Amino acid sequence: MSAANLAPQPGPPLWLLAELTYRCPLHCAFCYNPVDFATSGPELSTDDWLRVLREARAAGSVQCGFSGGEPMLRDDLELLVAEAHRLGFYTNLLTSGVGLTAERAAALKAAGLDHIQLSFQDSTRELNDFLSHTRTFDLKQRVAALIKDNGWPMVMNCVIHRLNIDYIDRIIEMAVELGAEYLELANSQYYSWALLNRDQLLPTREQLERAERITNEYREKYGDRIRIFFVVPDYHEKRPKKCMNGWGNVFLTVTPDGTALPCHTAKMLPGLAFPNVREMGVREIWYESEGFNRYRGDGWMKEPCRTCPEKEKDLGGCRCQAYMLAGDPAAADPVCDKSPAHGVVVEALARAESGVGRSAPLVFRDPAASRRLAEGAG
Amino acid sequence: MSAATATDACPRVSRRFRLQWEEAQNAWVLLYPEGMVKLNQSAGEIMRRCDGSRTVSAIVADLEQAFGASGLADDVAKFLELARAQQWIET
Repeated sequence: MSAANLAPQPGPPLWLLAELTYRCPLHCAFCYNPVDFATSGPELSTDDWLRVLREARAAGSVQCGFSGGEPMLRDDLELLVAEAHRLGFYTNLLTSGVGLTAERAAALKAAGLDHIQLSFQDSTRELNDFLSHTRTFDLKQRVAALIKDNGWPMVMNCVIHRLNIDYIDRIIEMAVELGAEYLELANSQYYSWALLNRDQLLPTREQLERAERITNEYREKYGDRIRIFFVVPDYHEKRPKKCMNGWGNVFLTVTPDGTALPCHTAKMLPGLAFPNVREMGVREIWYESEGFNRYRGDGWMKEPCRTCPEKEKDLGGCRCQAYMLAGDPAAADPVCDKSPAHGVVVEALARAESGVGRSAPLVFRDPAASRRLAEGAG
Repeated sequence: MSAATATDACPRVSRRFRLQWEEAQNAWVLLYPEGMVKLNQSAGEIMRRCDGSRTVSAIVADLEQAFGASGLADDVAKFLELARAQQWIET
């Protein structure tokens, strides 16, 4: 690589995503945790996490997300939130609400937690019953009340896919009824478990257009009462997303076993070693490690990205998607219609239109399936 | 002139946001759920004075003194309009 191609010194890792655990009471078929999560090494200790928080803050991190799996399963969550708050982080908890009792909510409030993002997911395997499932609704209602009582902003997230997209009006109504101020309707992205289930989860164009139209109608209807974000599924676009706002640009994910990654799924990429926070400090990981430097800037790009007038806009899209769909992490993201591998995305969309494969059983995220799939891959 | 920029109004940073000095960015930032707005220097200097007790006139006077400038009232009013539209401040 010539000096001219070297990326300028990146800014600080503004966003620290602390994936505290892969343990989870749910079995979501669209989970972005790695398919082989069950073979992951031991979780970081409390002291490890406290050190990571301090190092990341010293390196300039300011947003901290506690995620998983289900982060409520860590009984040191309150301790970690308290330290993050003391250090000056804005602290976010991304939870399904399972395990969030009044006692723990009060303890998290006392620890200085700034925000809870409550996700709609069914805690059962009966995905089709998702919206009529009273147990889920009761849980969300109870947790929504706890969020309000503690004065947190009410932010709800729902992953959208073929099996629930036609009920988007009911999802929005439910969010309004629960008092949400923000609702993120995030179309499933096809990584990890969602990729295994793509035929069953990818919506048709007609479904998508209807959902967007209905979302806009609700925006008109409710105005400032609820702000609705609709994240489009990239398969239906002509240009890829600027993944993670650029590789190693803003985001630092630390997985439960301490692996530091530029995004949740980057561990899948071949020929790339990612450092572990047990062995390397956050500053060194961010600025010096090969894993974080590999796809910074544009020196790594191949055609058609290298000479593309839009390359700064999307930075060639997602490295994981390029690897999964084109077999080369340095290729253009096949979502782009300039990509030589774009046909793979066209074919997936054609399968969605025809409905082929949609009746195959869903592969649910659970440790047994994960071990089976890890063995198959190995 | 709106409520936020009336000279006797006392704007304060909205409860939806947290204003904070970030050494690593050498800037004032507004933090909110899963997001951040990095303020430029003048925006930061105005926002840090929006504490709910100072009037817009007092904020202008304080800025003019701090930066040895005059005639900042219009610029401050313009910024406060924008800040209110973004829900960064409330009065």
